Amino acid sequence: MKPFSPTSHSLAKTLTIRMSPHVGATASVDRIMFNVVLALVPVCGYAIYAFGIAAILVLATAVASCVLTEHVLCRISGKDTTIGDWSAVITGLLYGLILPPSLPLWMVAAGGVLAIGVGKFLFGGLGYNPFNPSLVGRAILQATFPSAMTTWLSAPEARFQSIPSSSVAFPLMKPVYDGVTAATPLSQWKFSQVPTDTGQLFLGTVPGSTGETCAALILLGGAYLIARRMMSWRIPVSILVTVAVLSGLLHLIDPQRYAGPLFMLLSGGLMLGAVFMATDMVSSPITHAGRVLYGMLIGTLTVVIRVWGGVPEGIMYAILIGNAVAPHLDNWIQPRLYGAKNLKAETGATG
Amino acid sequence: MFSLVNHLLGTKTFAHGVHPPECKDETRGLAIHQFPFAPLLVVPLSQHIGKPAEAVVDEGAEVVRGQVLATADGFMSVAIHAPATGVIRRIALTPGIKGKMELAFFLEPYTASTQEVLEGKSLEAATATPEQIIDAIQAAGVVGLGGAGFPTHAKLKIPAGKSVDTLIINGAECEPYLTTDHRVMLEHADEVMIGIPYLLKATGADRAIIAVEDNKRDAAEVLRAALPQGLPVTVEVLPVKYPQGAEKMLITALLGREIPSGGLPLDSGAVCVNVGTTAELGHLLPRGMGLYERIITLGGPGIKKKGNYRIPIGTTLRYILDYVGVEDDLSTVVMGGPMMGAAASSLDIPITKGSTGVIAMTERQTGRMIDRKEYPCIHCGSCLDACPLFLNPSQLGLLAKNGRYQAMADDLHLMDCFECGCCTFACPSHIPLVQRFRVAKQAVRQTRRPAG
Repeated sequence: MKPFSPTSHSLAKTLTIRMSPHVGATASVDRIMFNVVLALVPVCGYAIYAFGIAAILVLATAVASCVLTEHVLCRISGKDTTIGDWSAVITGLLYGLILPPSLPLWMVAAGGVLAIGVGKFLFGGLGYNPFNPSLVGRAILQATFPSAMTTWLSAPEARFQSIPSSSVAFPLMKPVYDGVTAATPLSQWKFSQVPTDTGQLFLGTVPGSTGETCAALILLGGAYLIARRMMSWRIPVSILVTVAVLSGLLHLIDPQRYAGPLFMLLSGGLMLGAVFMATDMVSSPITHAGRVLYGMLIGTLTVVIRVWGGVPEGIMYAILIGNAVAPHLDNWIQPRLYGAKNLKAETGATG
Repeated sequence: MFSLVNHLLGTKTFAHGVHPPECKDETRGLAIHQFPFAPLLVVPLSQHIGKPAEAVVDEGAEVVRGQVLATADGFMSVAIHAPATGVIRRIALTPGIKGKMELAFFLEPYTASTQEVLEGKSLEAATATPEQIIDAIQAAGVVGLGGAGFPTHAKLKIPAGKSVDTLIINGAECEPYLTTDHRVMLEHADEVMIGIPYLLKATGADRAIIAVEDNKRDAAEVLRAALPQGLPVTVEVLPVKYPQGAEKMLITALLGREIPSGGLPLDSGAVCVNVGTTAELGHLLPRGMGLYERIITLGGPGIKKKGNYRIPIGTTLRYILDYVGVEDDLSTVVMGGPMMGAAASSLDIPITKGSTGVIAMTERQTGRMIDRKEYPCIHCGSCLDACPLFLNPSQLGLLAKNGRYQAMADDLHLMDCFECGCCTFACPSHIPLVQRFRVAKQAVRQTRRPAG
């Protein structure tokens, strides 16, 4: 039978055919990533205020090395460059924020290249990296330059007047530090049982990595992202609650040996790690239950490493181990299917 | 936890879902207008889910508006009625919205006819038996007018051993742009109230709930004012959320019950009927008439004379768009709402009983969807938080990309997906998730067919 075509009208149009839905939300990956950068701006601002030119140099070098690496690697492999999605900028910023401000810049650059190259691009780029790239960069530096990575400059008065000589140290030479080096609150506690005032910790007037010192601004950035639904609140909350509960219990047992929960929460990189590192979407679990478990695991590991480990800070290793477990959590935990609880009562009704 | 919180707050809703832009402002205030007769109406024999109807008139036959053209072929089938007084020129193939060629009557209306509708034997809800009502609905050719095209009588027939306590009249109309149910509730509340007793009697339900979304409060007021004495009907206003109009979501929102996976609404003691269908029954059954026209929203940025129209079944898109006028950069014509509706491949496709709207998109709008860059999945979990059935679209999407359709069905409940499109809508990486799931479901169905 032949089609019978009614040709009484004149409307001639070429129709575009697409599958529904024909409308989309305004959400997009680059917009999420850009907002993470925005949320990091106050943290970076404070880092520059606290550590001066040294912080500017570290952050700029970190971001530049990460973005450039991503661009060059994309070009080499014949793909379109992916630096427009802002994810390399985030990696660079976070990576810079967890480095000591006095770290020689050539080390910063080398670590940045490795963070993107090994931590991200080797696995297939955005969406495929099993570990948080900025932590990969830092872990490599920590293993390669343990001394430089644990030398902390106490914020000098003249921080905006001169470039610290260690920053511009010649590659592969031993850096010379000017001014006074200081211990972080965590190592002070670990090695000499000296506590630091929690008010100072909250406001960040203590030695430490470039951007990890001010808990208040980190929480502000996190709150902004959670309010815009661009970050899962479950991960930071479960990490912080786990750390608070575990360290609180230990503190109750022996207040002389184990620091209190507030000190544990506010010191070191825990805040930055819990809010901005562990929440990296790509390397964390996707289900709600998985995210809570992942946070509990990271919180527990952090406390264990800090209390019984050989190093004062454990958040970096805790998150990296959490990243390794995340895909398994995703395999084990599936959301509860709508209508599944009645499934056994009904038989034979499958479509 | 979610349901507990909502229970404590007294909010009636379902978990997950999305909030697409509503886009209803341009047509919600426009009263329903009668659409003129096209010079040629194309009436397919299959406008419902199930077997096509059997033609009872031949080519060349002169028919009267409302006359039966084809009768139901078995239980899962309904009759087809003439949308106009005229002559059957041909019975031939025509393009359908599902992409296949379908058999259809080509009816040329008489221009001089008064187009009076043929009336039949009246059926009173008070005196009729449930069986009589179900037969009458099938003979009237009524199918779900909310878009699915499922034969209404088949829904109302409660199998032995099952029982239904609640009848839900679905006035959620959660799809963007569509305002037909809204207008029906405003203008034909009386017919809704006439239709409900038939449905209550047929299903044996004790009570009926009319569910209306928050953006149609005026309709809820009109319905409440029209409630007759003694009829066990309440009107509930629900927060706006897509896909509230889906049976599963609506039953969960109103009753807190979940339809078992793979089951039917009546497995949880409820039956859902669209409010437009109910009003149509209230109009047709007392007069013994068959379904010959329906109310459709013509909207979207591509249409000039937007509005809600009562359009004869079988009017082609070409005639409709010609009549209301289109913008020059018209690019896609969607039948139904933009979340689940299908894009028409030809303007010769006629509107059928299941058409809720004709939404014309412009190049600017479609271009915005097409040009969006697809990123890899970043595991943000937006799709998991959007899926009203608590599926894992992220993982399903990865499996679909690798063609592992059977694993999707076996391990991740692919066949439960009703293609609402929330996952695609929410995805910040712009991955065409639901589109891939449709392909996967079709592939799984095809491998199952020879075995079953």
